Amino acid sequence: MRIVGELINSSRPAVKRAIQERDGEYIQSLALLQKQAGAHWLDVNCGTFVTEEEEVMLWLLNQVQATCDLPLCIDTPDAKVLTAALKLIDKPGQLINSISFEKKRLDGFLPLIREYRPAVVALCLEDQGIPKTAADRLRIATALVETLQKENYDLAEIYLDPLITPLSTSNTAGQAVLDTIAEIRAAYPDVHCICGLSNISFGLPQRKTLNATFMVQTMVRGMDAYILDPTDRELMGLYYASKALLGQDKYCGDFLRAYRTGLFNPAGAPKEG
Amino acid sequence: MGANLSELLADLQEDQVIETVKERMAKGEPAIGIIDELQHGMELVGKRYQAQEYYLSELIMSADIFKSATGLLGDAFRASNDKIGKIVLGTVFEDIHDIGKDIVAIVLSCNGIDVIDLGVNVPIERFVDAVREHQPDFVGLSCLLTTAYDNMKATVEALDAAGLHEGRKILIGGGPVDETTRAYVKADAFCKNAQEAADMTKKMLGVN
Repeated sequence: MRIVGELINSSRPAVKRAIQERDGEYIQSLALLQKQAGAHWLDVNCGTFVTEEEEVMLWLLNQVQATCDLPLCIDTPDAKVLTAALKLIDKPGQLINSISFEKKRLDGFLPLIREYRPAVVALCLEDQGIPKTAADRLRIATALVETLQKENYDLAEIYLDPLITPLSTSNTAGQAVLDTIAEIRAAYPDVHCICGLSNISFGLPQRKTLNATFMVQTMVRGMDAYILDPTDRELMGLYYASKALLGQDKYCGDFLRAYRTGLFNPAGAPKEG
Repeated sequence: MGANLSELLADLQEDQVIETVKERMAKGEPAIGIIDELQHGMELVGKRYQAQEYYLSELIMSADIFKSATGLLGDAFRASNDKIGKIVLGTVFEDIHDIGKDIVAIVLSCNGIDVIDLGVNVPIERFVDAVREHQPDFVGLSCLLTTAYDNMKATVEALDAAGLHEGRKILIGGGPVDETTRAYVKADAFCKNAQEAADMTKKMLGVN
C-alpha cells in the first residue's frame, strides 16, 4: 500500500500564495509534513499557473528537494514541463502523473518514459472520452499495460488509475470503479492500482465521508495506492485500519505505530508515553 | 387544476410531475401551457443549484424529469417549444472533460436555450460544420486542460476564417479559463459557471 501526498498543488489557495510570493519555507514545510505523515511520494502540481508552469514546477521541485529526499510524483499533462522536471530531478524512482491512451498524451510522454524510466501512473482514458463501463476501462488498461510492457516495463512500475468520475453525475460511478479494480487484479495480479479520492464526491456535500468510504471500498477490491492528504488524520486512521484488516500489515505493526503516535487521539492530545 | 407543475418539478417530485402532465393532457390542455410551467420549474431548479441548495445529482435528476415529462408531450412538445436562442456547445479537441459542459447544457436548457452538444474532443471541422448547419446565436467552447488552450484558439480562428463568427458570440469556459484566456483565444466572453452562462446569454439575446 502506497501513499502519494497531494498537498503541493497550486489550486490550493495557500500553495498559490506561496508560489506567488516565492515562499520556499511554506513549500518545504508541506513536504516535510507529508513525509512525516507517511507519504511515499510527493505529488507536485502547478497546472493552474498556465503561462509559467515550467518555471514554477522547477522552483517547487527545488524547494522540495532542498529539504526532503522522498521521490516525487510529477503531475502535469504537458510534455515540456515533464521533460524539464525529470531533467532537474535526475534521479530514479520518480512517478509521473500521468500517461493515458489519449494519442497526444501517449505520443508526447513515451520518449520521456524511454529516456528516464520513471514509474508511471497510467490513466484509463482514451480520445473518445471518459469510459462508461468497467469493460471499457479494462480494455484501455490492457492497452496501456501492453504498450508499457513493449517498453520493457515491469508490472510493478505501473500504477493504473481506473478513472474516478463523480457519483453525483451517475449512480454507477462508484460501482464501475470497484468492478474495474477487481477485473484488473484478475488480469494482472502484479500491477498496481492507484486513484485520487476527491473526484468521487464532486458535486455532493459531506465529501470527506464519501472520499473515506470510497477509499475503504476500493481497498477491499484491490486498490493499493492512493493520492490523498496524509495529514488528514481521520482518513489515515481508516487507511491503517483497513490495510490491517485486509491482511496487509504484518502483526498490525503500522496500525499500532500509528496508534502510538496518537493518530487516533483528538488533535493535540498527547502520544503514548 | 391540480398542484402547481412548476413547483412539483422544482421540488423534484417526479411521480407527481408525470401524473399531473398526464391528467392535463387528458383534459385536452394545449402543450404550450404545460411546457411553460415545466420550463419555469427548471428555472427554479437552476436558481436553487446556483444557491447551492441543490447538488449536482439533483440538477441531473431535474433534467431527467423534464425529459420524461416533455417526452409525454411528444410531437406537441417539439412543435410548440419556444426557445429563446440556440448554442452549439462542446469541449475542444484533445480535451475530454465533460462535466462542466454538461452542467452548462442543462442550465442553459433550463433557461430556454436550445443546446446542440457536440460532446468532447471535438475537432475544429465538426464545430465549423455544426455552426454552419445550425446557425446558432452562440458557440460555447469548454476546456479544462491548459494544454488545450491553443486548440481553443485554433477553433475560434477557424470560425473566423469561415465567416461564421459574425452575427454570433463565442463564449468559453472551464476550470482555469479566465480573461487572459479569453483575450488569448479571441473569444467574446468567458463564463465562470453555468449560471453566468445563462445570465450572459439571456442578456446578449436581450431577454429578461
